[in-house]
Amino acid sequence: MNARKKIEVSGLRLSFGDKEVLHGISFDVYAGEILGVIGPAQSGKTSLLRCINRTIEFTPGARVGGRIAVDGQDVQHVKDVHGLRRKIGMVAPLPVGLPLSIYDNVAFAPRAAGARDRAWLDGHVEQCLRQAALWDEVKERLDVLGTKLSGGQQQRLTIARALSHQPEILCLDEFSIAIDPVTTMRIEDVLKELSRDMTIVLVTNLVQQARRLAARTLFLWNGHIVELDRTEVVFSDSPGDRRTYEYVNGIFG
Amino acid sequence: MSLPRSPERPAGRGRLAVLFEQAIELLIRLCGISAIVFVFGIFFFVFREGAPYLAQLDLGAFLFSSDWYPSNDPAHYGAGALLLGTLSVTLLAMLMAVPFGLGAAVFVSEFSAPRTREVLKIVIELLAAVPSVVWGFIGMSVLGPLIKDVFQVPLGVNMFNAALLLALMSVPIIVSIGEDALKAVPDSYREAALALGATRWQTVFRMLFPAAKNGLLAAVLLGVGRAIGETMAVLMATGHSARIPTSLFDPVQTLTATIAAELGEARQGSEHYQVLFLIGVLLFTLTFAVNLTADLVVKGIRRK
Repeated sequence: MNARKKIEVSGLRLSFGDKEVLHGISFDVYAGEILGVIGPAQSGKTSLLRCINRTIEFTPGARVGGRIAVDGQDVQHVKDVHGLRRKIGMVAPLPVGLPLSIYDNVAFAPRAAGARDRAWLDGHVEQCLRQAALWDEVKERLDVLGTKLSGGQQQRLTIARALSHQPEILCLDEFSIAIDPVTTMRIEDVLKELSRDMTIVLVTNLVQQARRLAARTLFLWNGHIVELDRTEVVFSDSPGDRRTYEYVNGIFG
Repeated sequence: MSLPRSPERPAGRGRLAVLFEQAIELLIRLCGISAIVFVFGIFFFVFREGAPYLAQLDLGAFLFSSDWYPSNDPAHYGAGALLLGTLSVTLLAMLMAVPFGLGAAVFVSEFSAPRTREVLKIVIELLAAVPSVVWGFIGMSVLGPLIKDVFQVPLGVNMFNAALLLALMSVPIIVSIGEDALKAVPDSYREAALALGATRWQTVFRMLFPAAKNGLLAAVLLGVGRAIGETMAVLMATGHSARIPTSLFDPVQTLTATIAAELGEARQGSEHYQVLFLIGVLLFTLTFAVNLTADLVVKGIRRK
């Protein structure tokens, strides 16, 4: 694959206080691909995503070493961190509907970026909610608080919100924990479609989800990359590392 | 393979323990009810003292006339100027205290380093510990001359002076309650807003304020309550003159200061005495209305 590198991670180290959670990992994400990231709990998947959009710095005691570049630009030295974050849509693992109305949740990022035109916002909010497979359920009550929605609906609201600032990169952190299988499938279809003009990093505990969606899959374990290869290889009978085979087949201890 | 057996279930709790539980519950219930009893009790006794005058009370004159001449013959009891005095001083104080207090709360909760935060909180709480008579003293002897010089006005003790003191007295309440309200907003909300590319100010204005609005409203209203009820400082710093003010630097007289200054002189059971208690009822109604409005507003927000 000789596509353009969208995200370059090299020698990334992350520690909280004395405890190092990412031990110098390196990988690239190519423009327009879906990269699956799998691995057991506590292996550093979420922290990895938070390093990319630099929200990790809100955790006291977090220290980042190594280099992450987005479009060739080192995120640690980027001048406009807000611009960087707008370039990256982030879907957090717990549904975090902001305590605003559904409409305002989705319009939050465009407004923060300066959008004021009501007609444009209306259309944009609708489009994002449709993409997140939520529109039909909420179109009658856009002024209800986002926090009043059910867990699964809030999860989709966060997806709509992540799409609202038209990011070039979409990071999904276990987006389907609270969503039923049918809706998950609908969103997976949307993701496939979005990946035509978006780079997607998909962190998931459902290994089959990575298999369905990702072009390449990265197996992260205890802060190390065990394996990163084309998804067919990772899920084949003979991946590069035995532990990968054991993990994706559920044998892993 | 047999699972390890859990130990024998403990025997049912003794009847004593059950009784104890019920006693505690009763006690807690009493504590809850007592608050209501006290509020109604206070209202009842204040009202009873003033009630005999109600028969001859001209409500319009009482509320809107500015003729407060309790020692004339016949006496005039027009509390309009006093009511206006209380309202204007409180409003002016809040115009100063609310932006300042909320700003300080945002700074302490969101922007300051942990060390600065600790120091600031201690200093702010110290501000709340200054007795109101000391504030009054500062108003008379420090602020008064200063205002006279800076604004070139004949009297240093006036509405502006008192409002400034009341603002300083309500700021600590607004800051500490406001900070609690902001701190209660989960960090995940902040991170979500920031991850959406919002700046810290946008996060504060567009996410934090809407999220914490109930608590912030409570903070402001407690500040209002403090300002309306304050007596000593306003008695010393308003100039205490029952006239309709026409400028910020006119002396005014408040409801509270009137009661404090005149109740000692009024013969018990006299007309003047009864009217002063009716002023107490008026004050009570005022604070009740403020709190009720707040409750309704908060409920309105919640229903949405």
